[in-house]
Amino acid sequence: MKMPASKRAGSTQIVSKQAAPRKSAKASGTAPKGAKSAGNSGRPGKSARRAVPVPNNNHVPPISELEINAPLVERILVGFIENVVWKTGFARVVIGLSGGVDSALCAYLAAKALGRENVTAVVMPYRLSSPESVAHARLVLKKTRVRAMTVDISDMVDAYFARFPEIDGMRKGNKMARERMTILYDQSAALGALVLGTSNKSELLLGYGTLYGDMAHALNPLGDLYKTQVWQLGAHLRVPEEIVGKAASADLVVGQTDEDDLGFKYADVDALLYHLIDLRCSREELVKKGFAPEFVDRVDCLVRMNQYKRRPPVIAKVSSRTIDRDFRYARDWGI
Amino acid sequence: MEFKLGAAQINPTLGNLDRNIEIFRRNVKDAVERGIDLLVFPELGLTGYFLKDMVPAVAQRLDSKLVKEIRRASRKLSIVVGLVEESPEHFFYNSVLYVEKGEILHVHRKVYLPTYGIFDEERYLSRGSKVRAFDTRFGRVAMLVCEDAWHPSTVYLASQAGSQILLLPASSPGRGVRKGKKLDISDTWESMVRVYATLFMQFCVFVNRVGYEDGINFWGGSEVVGPTGRLVAKAPYFDEAILEADLDMAEVRRARVASPLLGDEDLNLTIQELLHLRRTRENGGPEDEDAGE
Repeated sequence: MKMPASKRAGSTQIVSKQAAPRKSAKASGTAPKGAKSAGNSGRPGKSARRAVPVPNNNHVPPISELEINAPLVERILVGFIENVVWKTGFARVVIGLSGGVDSALCAYLAAKALGRENVTAVVMPYRLSSPESVAHARLVLKKTRVRAMTVDISDMVDAYFARFPEIDGMRKGNKMARERMTILYDQSAALGALVLGTSNKSELLLGYGTLYGDMAHALNPLGDLYKTQVWQLGAHLRVPEEIVGKAASADLVVGQTDEDDLGFKYADVDALLYHLIDLRCSREELVKKGFAPEFVDRVDCLVRMNQYKRRPPVIAKVSSRTIDRDFRYARDWGI
Repeated sequence: MEFKLGAAQINPTLGNLDRNIEIFRRNVKDAVERGIDLLVFPELGLTGYFLKDMVPAVAQRLDSKLVKEIRRASRKLSIVVGLVEESPEHFFYNSVLYVEKGEILHVHRKVYLPTYGIFDEERYLSRGSKVRAFDTRFGRVAMLVCEDAWHPSTVYLASQAGSQILLLPASSPGRGVRKGKKLDISDTWESMVRVYATLFMQFCVFVNRVGYEDGINFWGGSEVVGPTGRLVAKAPYFDEAILEADLDMAEVRRARVASPLLGDEDLNLTIQELLHLRRTRENGGPEDEDAGE
């Protein structure tokens, strides 16, 4: 694929549409270790021509290849939720609602698939959670009219934090994510519901999630959609604009945004991941397309370093038939 | 010859023969009531697709109770079903059976087993070794299973064997969701079916399944395309359906009268050049344009 514009832009900084001043990277609950600014995280040609910065960037896919047929994706995902839930003998799901676009979108999809009465959204704020997040979660509840529940996690996690005064932001964030997981799984037992996960493909590839925290769930409708595609689907399903349009945040540390944590924009990294993963481009090809070499190396490293998070725990083989090695069955075994 | 063909766009349960035979019975009953003469089920419609280690557990010998039931059902209408066939040597094949008037007229064992990307067939299944056409009460039929059709040589062989109706049972997973387009995979399949129908002047019957296995969707969209490329009938995407199509074999004749393409086909040229290719490959040398002339 030829992209001449990227060559023209190659010697100068590629101006992306969301070229707002970037804050320095912060340690956070879920940020991969060593997350720092990637510097000039260039992306291919087309974006280089759109040089006028606008405040809201979430409605412009970074490259045309990442533009989705939203009604078709909606059809596949709604069918997926319905299918997985029904075939496992359930009728309901439980979702942790953060106020962000991923979980909001999941609530919309699940309500379409199962009926709003079969969807329970659990809001699990911490005392330092952004009031905006909680307000956005409430807005989703109001719009979707799914069943709602609030479980404040402050008392439980603060009790733990008090025993370890030296605990840092990363550990706190992970602890909170796992606390929420235990609540969702307990409620899933109480309600006879499956836990519906909300991790998107960008997060899963970059390892920007907490193992056995937000990454623990029974089914995940968004795991094959990049963040910029989640935004497109969110807009299509009329998830409120203040949620789709805002800067993504894990909200595990006050004021944090994903893009600050990661050190690059989703628009940039999605374009890179698409070329790296979906098109299997080599480093050389990526650099030729206008991606900064250090950006390519860092993202490639993150994807590889976090492979363990995407796999079940490793088993030492001793028998002649070992789970997932030579004992191979689909999850949908006989159902 | 005019008859009514049905494509059973079903949603089988992975590895659950009991449930799938129920689906089979329901569809056969429904098809009989609709006056369907030939009912075609998708690839592995009796077993589900991503079987992995379940292959031996669901495999059927051709004298099994289940196959006997299919033969009994075929007294009312002709049936094409997909299942895992176990040979007397205990080899396992991704097979489709053409069953008519209580007898198995033909078994096609899938020859191209995709083993890449999401597919892993050759790990669990053996390759078939033949592409043949056979006579039925509707005309001469050939069957290819899913990936077989991605190798145009199989369609060419079927055509040279005389096929007038090409049946293509499939379990095609949906993927590729670009803006303003249908699924990438639907696009490719629909192009292939039209080309194969038009170039070989035959009816092409694509029968895909629906449903999900481990998060992978099957997109349906079964269709019948006539020998001039005309779309005869099209099933919905993603939803279960019995697609009905009225086939008039005179259409095949009309297409072949209008164009002599098939009669002009030089089988000897093809054989000669294939033998030449094989010789040069066996000699290990680079292909020499003039060798053997």
